[in-house]
Amino acid sequence: MSDVILSVEALNSFYGRAHILFDVTLEARRGEVVALLGRNGAGKSTTMRSIMGLIANRSGSVRFAGHDISRRQPHEIARLGLGYVPEDRRIFTDLTVMENLEVGRQPARTGAPHWTPERLFTLFPNLGDMRDRPGGRMSGGEQQMLTIARTLMGNPSAILLDEPSEGLAPRITEMMAHAIVGLKAEGQTVVLSEQNLHFAALVSDRAYVIEKGRIRYEGAMAALREDEEIRSAYLSL
Amino acid sequence: MGFYVVQCLSGLAQASSLFLVAAGLSIIFGVTRIVNFAHGSFYMVGAYIAVTLAERWAGGFGFWGAVAIAAFGTGLLGVVLEMLVLRRLYRSPELFQLLATFGVVLIVQDAALAIWGPEDLLGPRAPGLEGVVRILGRPFPKYELLLIALGPLVLGLLWLLFNRTRWGTLVRAATQDREMTAALGINQTWLFTSVLFLGSLLAGLGGALQIPREAVNLHMDINIVVEAFVVVVVGGMGSVGGAFLAAVLIGQLQAFGILIFPQITLVIVFLFMAVVLVVRPHGLLGRPQALARAAGNQQEPLLRPATPAGRLVGAALLAVLALLPALAGDYALTVLTEILILTLFAASLHFIMGPGGMISFGHAAYFGLGAYGAGLLVKHFAAGMLPGLVAAPLLAAGGALLFGWFCVRLSGVYLAMLTLAFAQITWSVAFQWQAVTGGDNGILGVWPDGWASPRWVFYYLTLACCAGGVLMLRRIIFSPFGYALRAGRDSPLRADAVGIDVRRIQWLAFTLAGTFAGLGGGLYAYAKGSVFPNLMAIPRSVDALVMVLLGGVQTLTGPVVGAAVFHTLNTEMVRHTEYWRLLLGVSIIVLVLVFPMGIAGAFRRRERAA
Amino acid sequence: MTVLEVKGLTKAFGGVHAVNGVSFSVAAGELLALVGPNGAGKTTCFNMLNGQIPPDAGDITLNGASLRGKSPRHVWRLGVGRTFQITATFGSMTVLENIQTVLLSHHRRLFDFWGRAARRHIAEGMALLERVGMASQADRPCAVLAYGDLKRVELAMALASDPRLLLMDEPTAGMAPRERIELMALTAELVREKNIAVLFTEHDMDVVFAHADRIIVLNRGELIASGTPAEVRADAQVQEVYLGSGAMFGHGPEGSP
Repeated sequence: MSDVILSVEALNSFYGRAHILFDVTLEARRGEVVALLGRNGAGKSTTMRSIMGLIANRSGSVRFAGHDISRRQPHEIARLGLGYVPEDRRIFTDLTVMENLEVGRQPARTGAPHWTPERLFTLFPNLGDMRDRPGGRMSGGEQQMLTIARTLMGNPSAILLDEPSEGLAPRITEMMAHAIVGLKAEGQTVVLSEQNLHFAALVSDRAYVIEKGRIRYEGAMAALREDEEIRSAYLSL
Repeated sequence: MGFYVVQCLSGLAQASSLFLVAAGLSIIFGVTRIVNFAHGSFYMVGAYIAVTLAERWAGGFGFWGAVAIAAFGTGLLGVVLEMLVLRRLYRSPELFQLLATFGVVLIVQDAALAIWGPEDLLGPRAPGLEGVVRILGRPFPKYELLLIALGPLVLGLLWLLFNRTRWGTLVRAATQDREMTAALGINQTWLFTSVLFLGSLLAGLGGALQIPREAVNLHMDINIVVEAFVVVVVGGMGSVGGAFLAAVLIGQLQAFGILIFPQITLVIVFLFMAVVLVVRPHGLLGRPQALARAAGNQQEPLLRPATPAGRLVGAALLAVLALLPALAGDYALTVLTEILILTLFAASLHFIMGPGGMISFGHAAYFGLGAYGAGLLVKHFAAGMLPGLVAAPLLAAGGALLFGWFCVRLSGVYLAMLTLAFAQITWSVAFQWQAVTGGDNGILGVWPDGWASPRWVFYYLTLACCAGGVLMLRRIIFSPFGYALRAGRDSPLRADAVGIDVRRIQWLAFTLAGTFAGLGGGLYAYAKGSVFPNLMAIPRSVDALVMVLLGGVQTLTGPVVGAAVFHTLNTEMVRHTEYWRLLLGVSIIVLVLVFPMGIAGAFRRRERAA
Repeated sequence: MTVLEVKGLTKAFGGVHAVNGVSFSVAAGELLALVGPNGAGKTTCFNMLNGQIPPDAGDITLNGASLRGKSPRHVWRLGVGRTFQITATFGSMTVLENIQTVLLSHHRRLFDFWGRAARRHIAEGMALLERVGMASQADRPCAVLAYGDLKRVELAMALASDPRLLLMDEPTAGMAPRERIELMALTAELVREKNIAVLFTEHDMDVVFAHADRIIVLNRGELIASGTPAEVRADAQVQEVYLGSGAMFGHGPEGSP
């Protein structure tokens, strides 16, 4: 299928001797929001980090926008247009908002939305009011917005969003959900990992459920939402 | 009045040179998180290159051209170091990084000896700046004025570079979170290499600019790197502005300190550092270092008491050691005695490094204090061996109790550097306090009592003390105190929240380790018959680290294996080659790159895999 | 019976009030949830209670004894147990050794250099592990445990010192929904059994509404609401600054979506 932008096949990952991911297979099509659901330690973050090349010990096929990225370095993968927003934010606390964005800046990319700081400030209005504030002096919610904005500065064709709602107040989580819906409207492909089913249901088209390093379920988000059986299976996994 | 102004100005000139070197060290540390011991070697190489070239090309261009090329060439040397060694170490534990760069120091020392020879080289004066100006009636060298101006100039340029260029922003980002920077599409390989170039260039420039002021010699490297460490630590690791402030303060301290206590300027500087670190643990302008991301924080393994089979092996080893005097000759017994002593020394260091999680870069201080404890008693009170062997651990314990109080307030690299500083203080006291310690001439005639003078008797005495010491340390590791120590290392936060006074536990552990090292030092004094200041010098501390590392920090048997292998190799190397430092340096680097778990650790891994 | 009494607690950083005049109390066997937006002062409040930072003003008393200005260690000895948002256990030690370490500290035996720690307090430790369902994993190192299991070990460590008050910082962060409910149900059962007072922070409103007896809401360092879950949920100001439209949590009291 030509509109598949990211496809992962039989991905296996290891931390030292520990085998973490077992034959993880998933894909994302252009313009869709895909949720990767599962509890802490199920392998969501490891999946994203493996796709991004941040875990050296991995095997399997990862194709992104026509390139085989399974052996590439993280910075090469990022330059091909795959953005990554880590869990726990990891903004550069010593750098100002504008400097954080500068680190993420990459040239414009055809077929991907083009982001400038000004355009990002319309998506995340809070950030526009604190351009010169060091990242370390922002609240958790503001940092979460900055970390997404920073990745968007690379004009990615798709972004991996690891636990965007983690540790945020319900109201901020809602704002985050609106931002992701806004991104989708721009045509941005998003793969996000979540534990908060309310949040995932609100923003995603399709979902995968991961447990103990294996994909256990794949289907439309709506189906997962409707299907009591699968949901309770997921909840009790 | 004029005198004080001139003194102050020369302090500022000194501060400028110091700042150049320290800024380079600080920048490299900031990005790579590696405390580059070899930085001083670059300073030395810069000076040697500049002297060589300036002699060849006379005239105005010659001098300044030589300085420029020396700086640039040293920068390139930094690039080579980054590409060959450092690049493979970014994910290694701090200790490995420190040791590997110390290996480079050893290599450069022998290389410089081979190229430039052992004699001091005198450089030409800077053309056009040969004379003096009069300041309030006092003469002051023009060249020093240039240096004074250079410090703030370089500070300003660095500030612009880091705050007004994309490169600078990226470097600051990478300083904080390398992995995240890579995930944003930044090629760090290139970034790190360029930082090493800049940092080494500053070191080389510092060295090259020094040639009109002092003779170039083979001891410049360690001297300057220790001073630069002090500046960086006082200023705050990774803070260039802090390095400048610290350099100015220390320059003044040295300029005026020399008037008041000419003998102990080194001690004054180190005391200043200790005070600063206690008041501001992260330096004047430094901030707490977040644990460097993705810095390969290895998970500490479980420690299990010996299995019955393990006990059997231990008992068999002891039995063999007890039978050896019947088989081995005098020379072999002498070497074995030394190995036993070094085993205790290494085990005591391992005690604080492994279960305690505190890297000491100055453990030799306590070994040396032990040796002096025995030696001083012999020298001043003509005491026998037994009182000497009691005094040895006591003096070392006193030193460890005093220094440990400061050290346990810090952690990681800061702690390592503070232990180094205290070791340098003890060394300089032993070296400079002629009247009491005999200074460089040491203390001679520290021989065992008559009954213990046969080699085999002294061997048994050593075996009893060292095997007993090692077993005691083991027992403590599995005692409630040992649990508390490991708990404090694993999670200081949790330990504090369950009523464990981590500092106090660490302080006691530090003192215990010092005590056992002191016992080793005392035995060593009687084994050698003499005591010299170099027992406390940096290389001896590094020896201990290499022994622990050889065996593997994470195993309890490590120090035993490490000491035996190290001492045997070392003895052989010194016997067979003039360039033993080069060999040792290469071995350390290979060891760190190939056996990151140590020899005993590698064995254990293989066992488990099988 | 009131266990923890907080009166007029205040702390400012650089002239900005992080916590301003906060007062509340927790009774034995009660679970009190402390909620509020990111940056509302919850963490500062917590850190003052556990002794990490001294308050500028106000008083904290535990069963009548003042905790104000006491060090974390001292606060713990007076009967305040803690769990952390990011689990903090001793990774290189086994589950049982973790508990034994706490028990050794509780019984003031840490400065024993000679005894064999592995033989101390085994029965007591195993009983605690039994209670949190971790007895079967007693010999595994904490470093290799699953996250949910680590949370249970932490709970056992917090209970080992027989505390009167338990401070739990986002106890269910990073867990799957079902696990969250189970952990909080276990916590609730244990604290009622042992009559311990609990103060916890939490962002998962499903957990809060299902398990808190009372809720207090902090915004910009001030207490803006307190009451039963139903009262707080209906509070317009709380909805405005914190809860939002309610799309991010379930509607039933069970908390499942």
